[in-house]
Amino acid sequence: MSALITCSHVDFGYENQDAVMDLTLEIDEGDYFCVLGVNGSGKSTLVKGLLGLIKPTGGSLVVSQELKKTGIGYLPQQTSAQKDFPATVWEVVLSGALGLIGNRPFYRRREKEMALSAMERLGISDLRRRCYRELSGGQQQRVLIARALCAARKMLILDEPVTGLDPQAIQEFYSLVRELNRDGMTIFMVTHDVANVVGQAGKILHLQQKVLFYGSPEEYVKTAEGRGFLGGGAV
Amino acid sequence: MNLILEMLSYPFLARAFMGGILVSLCAALLGVSLVLKRYSMIGDGLSHVSFGALSVAVAIGWAPLAVSVPVVVLAAYFLLRITENSRVKSDAAIAMISAGALAVGIVATSLSTGMATDVNSYMFGSILAMSPSDVRLMVVLSGAVLGLFGFCYNKMFAVTFDENFARAAGVKVSLYNVLIAVLTAVTIVLGMRMMGAMLISSLIIFPAVTSMRIFKSFRGVTVCSGVVSVVCFCVGMTMSYRFSTPAGASIVLVNLAMFGVFWAAARCVGR
Repeated sequence: MSALITCSHVDFGYENQDAVMDLTLEIDEGDYFCVLGVNGSGKSTLVKGLLGLIKPTGGSLVVSQELKKTGIGYLPQQTSAQKDFPATVWEVVLSGALGLIGNRPFYRRREKEMALSAMERLGISDLRRRCYRELSGGQQQRVLIARALCAARKMLILDEPVTGLDPQAIQEFYSLVRELNRDGMTIFMVTHDVANVVGQAGKILHLQQKVLFYGSPEEYVKTAEGRGFLGGGAV
Repeated sequence: MNLILEMLSYPFLARAFMGGILVSLCAALLGVSLVLKRYSMIGDGLSHVSFGALSVAVAIGWAPLAVSVPVVVLAAYFLLRITENSRVKSDAAIAMISAGALAVGIVATSLSTGMATDVNSYMFGSILAMSPSDVRLMVVLSGAVLGLFGFCYNKMFAVTFDENFARAAGVKVSLYNVLIAVLTAVTIVLGMRMMGAMLISSLIIFPAVTSMRIFKSFRGVTVCSGVVSVVCFCVGMTMSYRFSTPAGASIVLVNLAMFGVFWAAARCVGR
């Protein structure tokens, strides 16, 4: 097991205002890592930091060479504009390979094959010509994961992936993520959905600007934060 | 057919056709991205700013294009920033800027004497406004827009569909946004002299919305928008010549009719 991302005492912030402070964590290969926290607790800032979209304002963030080569797949929160966007599934999935084409204007066969195999892996090959906006929420989420898989082979970052899905789609989504994780994909997920996550994550980080908890789910449910977030009565 | 040949025998009409087709094409392509990014109102706001800048330029006696292009480009940049910054309500800000620019234009016009016909033609458009140098500018502009969509098509798609993902994939999203804003600004300034400040935003919005009724892929919508826009322009111009109606308004009415046809067709197919 080697660490893909190592943070030690990292701060992230905007304009003199720290959104995340003194964060120390390690994401290892094969991890199933969940970040919990209320709105505005710095979760999205952390995601941007790991993706390299913002620079740490303090501490050190080390991304392994291996991960730099294979890239990080990103599943952003859906925007309202996307829900009625005219694009075929194929167009959306293929756009995941965007990072690989550099300055070339078009996709090569290699990228197209990656997109095809990602669709195969998620069982959406038959949706290829369908319009993205006509799919159900669960299907849309599969399309976006397929897109993320085009960008990465080692690690996926999922930002609030189950928001707006119906309960059945949520369960299907989690079993899909577990499957990807079993196949060796490192998962880093930001979510509100504590109840479902506690049962399956390998590591939990509870964030409230600072780290409130960092450890295994078994320990988490015993802590005051865990009980509070789970609604008091659980476990 | 004879009608078209007759029209093209007038040099100013031939110029208007040439320039108008290029502007329609640019506006439609940029419009796809703007409409899908929920920036439709930016086009409308920019046309008002453009009107204000032109009126002031005419009142002071400066060259209209040299003043309005930089002003509108700046306005486009600020409107984009406002829209990206969620703390400000962007629709309200755009409405304020539109009304403010319009008011500046009207006051500047009323204070200056004479010249009023020029401003009137900026408001509602005039096919006589197209000079040979305008047409040359339009050729350059459409070259830039077609180049953007030709060589950066996949990046344009990614930036339009999902900015966050594109940014994570290493695409310079802000650069593309600024590029879109600048090209839109230039398209509006050039197009409004023919279409009029009040109507130019329809060239940006109608073709994209019309195409979205039927086409389900980004590529389909983009290509169809360009075709629909050029066809509507040509039909509108011809009708304007045949029935002596104002060119800008005729073109918008044809666009509206085209939207109706696409909408009905989509309904019949049963989506």
